Amino acid sequence: MLFETVRLALTAIIRNALRSFLTVLGVVIGVAAVIAMVTVGQGSSEQVAANVEALGTDVLILRPGARMMGPGARDNAPAFKLADVEALEGLGALSAVAPVVSTSETAVFGNANRTTTVTGTTSAWLEIGGWEIARGRAFTATEDKSGANVCIIGETVRTTLFGATDPTGETIRVKAVSCQVIGLLTAKGAGSFGQDQDDIVVMPVRTVQRRLVGAQDVASISLQVAPGASTDRAIADVQTLMRERRRIAIGEDDNFSVTDMKEIASMLNSVNTVLTGLLSSVAAVSLLVGGIGIMNIMLVSVTERTREIGIRLAVGAQARQVLTQFLVEAVVLSVLGGVLGIVTGLALAAVAAQIMAIPFAPSLGVVAMAFGFSALVGVIFGYFPARAAARLDPIDALRHQ
Amino acid sequence: MTAPIELIGITRTYGEGEAMVRALDGVDLRIEAGEFVAIMGPSGSGKSTAMNIIGCLDRPSAGQYLFNGVEVARLDQDQRALLRRHYLGFVFQGFNLLARTTALENVELPLIYKGMAKAERIALARDALHKVGLDGREDHTPAQLSGGQQQRVAIARALVSQPMVMLADEPTGNLDTKRSVEIMELMQRLNREEGLTIVMVTHEEDMAAYASRLVVFTDGRVVRDEKVEARHAL
Repeated sequence: MLFETVRLALTAIIRNALRSFLTVLGVVIGVAAVIAMVTVGQGSSEQVAANVEALGTDVLILRPGARMMGPGARDNAPAFKLADVEALEGLGALSAVAPVVSTSETAVFGNANRTTTVTGTTSAWLEIGGWEIARGRAFTATEDKSGANVCIIGETVRTTLFGATDPTGETIRVKAVSCQVIGLLTAKGAGSFGQDQDDIVVMPVRTVQRRLVGAQDVASISLQVAPGASTDRAIADVQTLMRERRRIAIGEDDNFSVTDMKEIASMLNSVNTVLTGLLSSVAAVSLLVGGIGIMNIMLVSVTERTREIGIRLAVGAQARQVLTQFLVEAVVLSVLGGVLGIVTGLALAAVAAQIMAIPFAPSLGVVAMAFGFSALVGVIFGYFPARAAARLDPIDALRHQ
Repeated sequence: MTAPIELIGITRTYGEGEAMVRALDGVDLRIEAGEFVAIMGPSGSGKSTAMNIIGCLDRPSAGQYLFNGVEVARLDQDQRALLRRHYLGFVFQGFNLLARTTALENVELPLIYKGMAKAERIALARDALHKVGLDGREDHTPAQLSGGQQQRVAIARALVSQPMVMLADEPTGNLDTKRSVEIMELMQRLNREEGLTIVMVTHEEDMAAYASRLVVFTDGRVVRDEKVEARHAL
């Protein structure tokens, strides 16, 4: 008898294909939305955590202009010069000092070209940024000082210009400068703010200043705190030195700023906490909306089927036989929808992770929660209205419009 | 000898207090095996209510209903379902067939609840459809059948479980005269040839004329009850 009831349920599902489809769709959307949302959220969360780690918490960035000033204010502050870099190298609290001059230029090799970030700096910058040379070599001390026409390229630039071939030894043209590729950086992936860190050409700072920018300015200086030295001490030393060099009178404000990467790390962490909270609330709302969708279809379906329940009761079905049938239908549809929802949700999350270049981080807990909730709603709202109908006197169920 | 159906002082009321309506007001009715009873009466006379109580689709407010000597009021919901399953067959004015379900499957339905094996169910359902003259229509859904054919499917469904009593509530109410006559002839034949007890509610005298006994309701009471000469002797 149970077997027959299950068969009746399956027959009813197939016979009412549209209604079954809509019910399954409701569950699929609810489950998929939650899973996709939370999985993407967790992936970006993991990405931020990895970025924070990669930032290097012993790194300081020195920029002209006071912090927290409006745009334009910074322009009035004098830029740094390479002499400032040399002076900073004399500080004992710092282990590495690197000037940074960046510009956007088009790099050309053969028929291929790519507009990329050209960073003029020294090999100290590679050390501070934790860059590794995948192939070839870094700048020599002479190249650092001289402004030789050499460059090190990032993975993205290599892929665009050279495809799969070895770029080292080749000569590329950046604006009007021909430079020899001496090294290839190990890929880092997306940065803390989603930028592609591998879309880069690194050249000696003097080369960029003379040949590309045409100025002696240094836009910013990256500093690494010496092992064992305190960050606060290093910041204080840098501030004292720069006030002196920039001739800032006592009582006057700094016209430069020192940013501690630790601050950026903690800012990113708090942004991430807010983001995770936001995604969780959106997920909770989608779950609720999905649940209401399922509820509606189930309720409408049972109302519509009250007459069917009446017919079955009239020909001799007992209430519990009718109920078992409806319960099996609800379970089958909910489970089917749940499974399809999990697959769809994970697929969406995987695609999003690919596009956003974040890790794909599925979590069993979320999958189980989304599935459980939707299945529960499906079963409850498939079962209870049917139970109410099956308890009616058959004539009331039959007369139901 | 106990009669299949015996109503003693049956009353059915709807609503409460001032608004209370007495659909049935102390009905006594005894129907013997093999009878073909037509219940007539104006709208609101309680004839359909009486039919629903006889069919255990509805419950009386007061009075005693004995089905084959068994007091129905003592049965619970599941036992009443069993009584319908084994002893009663229904034909409704609106056919009440399952939509998107073939004629054969509709007829099979009562047998599924009887727990019968598939092969046996199909054989009996085909046989029932043959009796009502629907050979070759087994795979048609209600939407593909005319009203008369749908009512024949409903009759086949009522017959297939070999009930003691067939209850028909305005079985020709939705059909034209020609189809109505066909349905009535079919029911008369089942009564005569198979000895099936039939209770039929109708408001058409032409249809009631096929029965062997006429019961007339007015205002919830039986006002006339007499044996009649069935019009179309076969």
